[in-house]
Amino acid sequence: MTEVIATNETILVVGGGISGMTAALEAAETGKQVVLVEKRPYVGGRVTQLYKYFPKLCFPTCGLEINQRRAKMNPNLNIITMAEVTDIKGEAGNYTATVKISPRYVNENCTACGDCAKAVETEFDDEFNYEMGKRKGAYLPHRMAHPQRYVLDPAIIGTDDAQKAKDACKVNAIDLDMQEETIEFKAGAVVWATGWKPYDANKIQPYGYDRIANVITSVEFERMADPNGPTGGKLVRPSDGKEVKSVAFIQCAGSRDKNHLLHCSRICCMASLKQATYPADEVDISIYYIDIRAIDRFEDFYQKVKAKENVSFIKSKVASIVENKENGNPTLHGVDTEGYNRYANEHDLVVLAVGMEPSVDKASFPVEIVINEEGFIEPAPENGGVFAAGCSSDALDVNRAVQHATGAALRAIQVVNRVAATEG
Amino acid sequence: MADEKKFAGYVCTGCGLGERLDAGQLETIATRDGKMQSCKQHEMLCSAEGVQIIKDDIANEDVTHVMIAACSKRAKVEAFNFTDVALTRANLREGVIWVRPDTDENSETTQEMAEDYIRMACAELKSMTQPSASGEQTLNKNILVVGGGVTGMTAAIEAAAAGYPVHLVEKSGQLGGALGGYYKVIPTRSPYDAPAENPVPGMIEAIEADDRITVHLNSTLAKTEGAPGRFSVEVATESGSSETLSIGAIVQASGWKPYDASQLPEFAHDKSADVVTNHELEALAVAANGGPIKRPSDGKEVTSVCFIQNAGQCSDKEGHLSYFSGVTDLVSIKQAMYFKELNGDCDTTILFDNLRTPGAGGEDFYRAGQQAMVTFSKGIASEVVPGDSLTVKFEDKILNEETEMVCDLVVLATGMEPNSGPDPYAQLMVDEAEDEEEKAKAQAILDNAPPSILNLQYRQGTDLPHLKNGFNDSHFICFPYETRRTGIYAAGPVRRPMDAQQARDDATGAALKAIQAAENAGLGRAAHPRSGDLSFPSFRKEGCTQCKRCTVECPFGAINEDEEGYPMYNESRCRRCGTCMGACPVRVISFENYSVETVNQQIKNVEIPEEWDEKPRILVLACENDAYPALDQAAQAGVEINPWARVIPVRCLGSVSLSWVTDALNNGYDGIVMMGCRRDDDYQCHFVRGSAMAAERMSKVGDTLDTLNLEPERVILHEVAITDVERAPQLINDMAETVEKIGLSPFKF
Repeated sequence: MTEVIATNETILVVGGGISGMTAALEAAETGKQVVLVEKRPYVGGRVTQLYKYFPKLCFPTCGLEINQRRAKMNPNLNIITMAEVTDIKGEAGNYTATVKISPRYVNENCTACGDCAKAVETEFDDEFNYEMGKRKGAYLPHRMAHPQRYVLDPAIIGTDDAQKAKDACKVNAIDLDMQEETIEFKAGAVVWATGWKPYDANKIQPYGYDRIANVITSVEFERMADPNGPTGGKLVRPSDGKEVKSVAFIQCAGSRDKNHLLHCSRICCMASLKQATYPADEVDISIYYIDIRAIDRFEDFYQKVKAKENVSFIKSKVASIVENKENGNPTLHGVDTEGYNRYANEHDLVVLAVGMEPSVDKASFPVEIVINEEGFIEPAPENGGVFAAGCSSDALDVNRAVQHATGAALRAIQVVNRVAATEG
Repeated sequence: MADEKKFAGYVCTGCGLGERLDAGQLETIATRDGKMQSCKQHEMLCSAEGVQIIKDDIANEDVTHVMIAACSKRAKVEAFNFTDVALTRANLREGVIWVRPDTDENSETTQEMAEDYIRMACAELKSMTQPSASGEQTLNKNILVVGGGVTGMTAAIEAAAAGYPVHLVEKSGQLGGALGGYYKVIPTRSPYDAPAENPVPGMIEAIEADDRITVHLNSTLAKTEGAPGRFSVEVATESGSSETLSIGAIVQASGWKPYDASQLPEFAHDKSADVVTNHELEALAVAANGGPIKRPSDGKEVTSVCFIQNAGQCSDKEGHLSYFSGVTDLVSIKQAMYFKELNGDCDTTILFDNLRTPGAGGEDFYRAGQQAMVTFSKGIASEVVPGDSLTVKFEDKILNEETEMVCDLVVLATGMEPNSGPDPYAQLMVDEAEDEEEKAKAQAILDNAPPSILNLQYRQGTDLPHLKNGFNDSHFICFPYETRRTGIYAAGPVRRPMDAQQARDDATGAALKAIQAAENAGLGRAAHPRSGDLSFPSFRKEGCTQCKRCTVECPFGAINEDEEGYPMYNESRCRRCGTCMGACPVRVISFENYSVETVNQQIKNVEIPEEWDEKPRILVLACENDAYPALDQAAQAGVEINPWARVIPVRCLGSVSLSWVTDALNNGYDGIVMMGCRRDDDYQCHFVRGSAMAAERMSKVGDTLDTLNLEPERVILHEVAITDVERAPQLINDMAETVEKIGLSPFKF
C-alpha cells in the first residue's frame, strides 16, 4: 500500500512534466511539503521526448538531469508515478484528493539492472518514440527515467513472459500480484500541470496523415532526429527508409483553425525553425506558414534560420496533400499568398507542425474549475486553491511554462501559509 | 556522535558485481590500501536490509565516514541518503562492469579498475568532512522590490500575500509605471474580445491597504551591501534623506522605456504631430475621455488611422532594435479597437509582415480585431509623407506592388527597451583593459551606460549582468529565474519585452524565487543548481597571495575583497561550483567535502603500473552535470570504455585545479581527458562561466607539458553534452589510442 503523509499544509502537484516538476521543486525548495502525482511511469513529461530546445539548440535532458537531482535530494518532495487524481473535494486550505495508482509490477528493490527486459520476449510499440519503435514487455521508458525503475506492461501479466521477468530478477523487485490502488490524502492547495498533447493529425483530413506514409508529425520528427531515438538520429522516410533530401514543414497544422484548435499553439513556428536545422545543409527545407511568430529574442533565431540557403519560406496555408504513388512523395497544393500564385510542390517528407492541445479534461475535471473555450484553465478566483501551471493555462514554450509554474508555486504557498498562520 | 572520525566501507555484490569482481579482494583493498576501519559486503546494499546495516553502524559504531562501492552516485540516491555523515561512492557498476566486456581475458583489468575506484573513493573520503551550515545569517524575511510599475506592484502584492514583509521602492512620485498612464490593456481573461480595464488603480489600492507593504516613493537605492539574508540597502529619497533597510532578497522590476522614434526619420515622427508612437497614443486615448480620439495637430476627430508594425524593430539597421518586442502586435490590435470603440466607423489599418499574437488569448484577440472590422494588411511601410493628411507608402506583400494610403493619424508600433542598470562586465573591461586603446573603447561603453539601479557593493559591479540587448534575462530555457547575482531576481520588461499580464506572471515567479532565496540563506543552503548544498568554500589566509583570481573568476560575483585584497566570501551569494577553487594558483580554497585535496588524493591513489606492465592510466575529469551522466548512460547502453580510464566527477570543469593535471602527469598518468559543458554564446555550463574559465586556464597547460617534456596531445579538453552517449566513451578511447601511438609516460616510478 502506498503511504502518503500529507496535511492541509501540503501542496499537491498534478502532472510531473517540466511545469509540474518546476512547481513541485520550487515549492519543496522553499520548505513546503509537496506530493507530485504523475500519470506516466517517470517524470519529465514531453520534454524528455524532445531532442533539442529552441533557440539555443541545447538538450532538454541537460535540464532534466538537474531537476531529477533536485528531486532525489529533496526530502520534502514525494513523487507518485503511474497515478492519476480522480477526485478533489473541499476548498482552498482543506482539500482531500483521491488518487488512483496503477500497478507497475516492479517495486523499489529494482536496481534498473535490465535482467527482466532481457528475459521477456513480447514487444510493444514504444510510446516514448510515438510508436515508431519497439520496446520489451519489461522496460525502462528511457535511459534517464526517474524513478530509475523498470515497468511491466500490463499486457504480459498472466503470461509466461511475466514469470520469466520475475525469475530473471535477482533482487526480488517484481511483484506480479501488485494491484491497482486508490488512496486519499489531504492537501491545502493544488497546482494543476497536466500539460498538453499533440493535436491528433488524423483529424486534419486534407493532409492525409492517416493515408500517406511520408506525412509525419513534428513530435515524430523530433524523435527521429534524436541519436538515441528509433532511427538512431537518421532522418529517413517512413515509406522506404531513404534519407530525406527535401522536407516541408506545414505550420498551423490544426492550430488557428476553427475546425480544429482555435488558438495559436505558440511553439510550432519556433519548433519548425529548430527542426529546420536538423537535416544537413544539402537538404531542401520549405516552411509553409501563415505568420512566423518569433517572439522577442527568438527573432534572432528566425533571422539565423532565414539566412540559411537551404531554407525557404512560403506564406501559405496548405490546402491539401496528395501522394505521388510512383515515388511516395507527398505533393502539396495551395496558393502562395505573396503574389497569389498556385503551387503543386513535391517533397520527400512532410512534417505537420501539430498544435498543442491542452490535457485538461473538461468533462471529468475532478474539481470545480473555470475552463475557457480553447480548453485551458482560466486564472479565475472561483478556482479557489487550484492553480494552473504551464500548458494547462495556455500554449506556452518551455521557458514561459517554467516561469508560469514558478508563479503557480507561490500561489499555492500563499494558501498553505495562510493555513499555517491560522493553525499556528 | 563522537568527535573522532570513523571510516567504514561497504561493498555491494548485487547487479552482477559479485559475479564479475572478486569482492573479497575489494574488501581487502578498502581496509588495507583505503584504510577503512571496517568493510562489509552485502548482496544488495540498496535494499532495506543493506541500508539498515549502514544505518546501524552509524548509530551504534559511531561511523562518521561512509564509502559505498556499488553503482553510480546518480543511482539509488534516496536509499543511500544518510544524515550527518560524509559519504562517497565508488562506481563499480556503471563505471566498471557495465563498460567492460564479460570475458576471461578482460577480467584482470576489470578487477584492477574496480580496485582503483575503491582506492580512490577511500582516499577521497579520508580528506572529506561532512559540511554543515555556517550559521552566517539568520532568517530575514524582508523582500525588497525595486520599481513600482505593474511588475513591481505584483511582486509586492504576491510576496505579501505569502506572509512576507515587502519594501517597494519607486523612483517617481507615484506607483503605476508606464502602464499607469494607459487607457486600457490587452485582455487577460476569456473571451479575449475587447481591451480590458487598466488594473493599475486597483493594484495601488490593494498596496495601500496592505500593511505588510511599505512604499518608498521618490526613492532610489543608494547602496546595496551584503548577501541574501543580510542585504543592507540604503534607500535615498529625492529630498536627500535616507534610510537603511535590512533585506532578505530582492526583485528588480525596473521596467522599460519606449524606443526613441526620432531615430526613424522615414516615418516623420518629429515632423508631424500626427505621427505618434503606440506609447504616445495611450495619452491621446486617455485625453479623449470616452469621446472620439482627436488628432494632435488640429484637434480633428480621427476618421482614418494606420498602424505601422515593427517600426524600428526586427531590423538590423543601425539604431533599430534587432529583436521583436513581443507584444506590439497585440498592442496595435488593442489600440485599433480603441478607434472602433470611440471613433465610430474610423478606418483602421494595421500594416504587418508577420502578425505575432501567440497563445489562446492572442489568437482570440486577433480574431476579435478582424470581427471589429480592423483591416489587417500584409505590407511593409517605407515612408510617411507629412501633410494635411498623412501619406503612408508601403509595399503590398499580397499584390507584390508598391502602393500608398492616406490617413489622419499614423501610429508607429515601436519597441520596448529595458530599464536596466549598467552591465557589470562593462566596468570590468575598463579595469582589466590591457592597453590604452582598449581602455578607451571600454570606457566609451561605460560612459554611455545607464545609471545604476541596485548600486551593489560587489567586486564584480553594481548591477545585474546583461544577457543581450541590455535585458537582464536568464540564458537558460529550463531555468528562467537563473540569476548571476544570487538572491536578486529580475522580473517584467527588464527581462524581456512583455505585456502587463505576462509581467504579472513573471513577477509572481520572481517573488517566489526571492522568498526561496531568503529562506535558504537562513539555513545556509545553496540556491539552484546545487540546491540545498551546505558545503561552502573557505580559504587559508596564510597561503593566499591576494592575486584576486578567485574574486575575478567567480561567475556569480560572490566574492568581494577586503582592504588588503584578501577574498571575502559570502556564503549565501555562493553557488558552490568551485570555480574559485579551480582559479586559485596556490590551492588555498576548499570546500569541506570537495577540495584540491579530495581530488588529488583520488589521483594519487590510483595504482600506476610499472612501465613494463604496458598498462597506461588515463585520468578523466568529467563534469558531473552533463559528461558524467552521459558516461552513465553509455554504461546502460553497453558502450565499452577503455580499461585504462579512471573517471573522477567534478562539480564543474571550472573547479578543476591545474595542479591536478600537473600532479597526475608527475605521477605517471599517460593521458588526461577533461569533459565540460559547451561554453560559447549558447553556453550550457550550469555555472555560466565555469567551463569557459576552465578552457582558458587549460590553454596554458601546454607550458606545463613543455616543462615536463611531454607531448601536448596527452592532455585534452572536450565539450561534452549529456546526449553524447556514444561520443563521450569514444573520446576516452581516442586518448587510449593516442597513448598507444606516442607511448607511455616516462614518469612511472
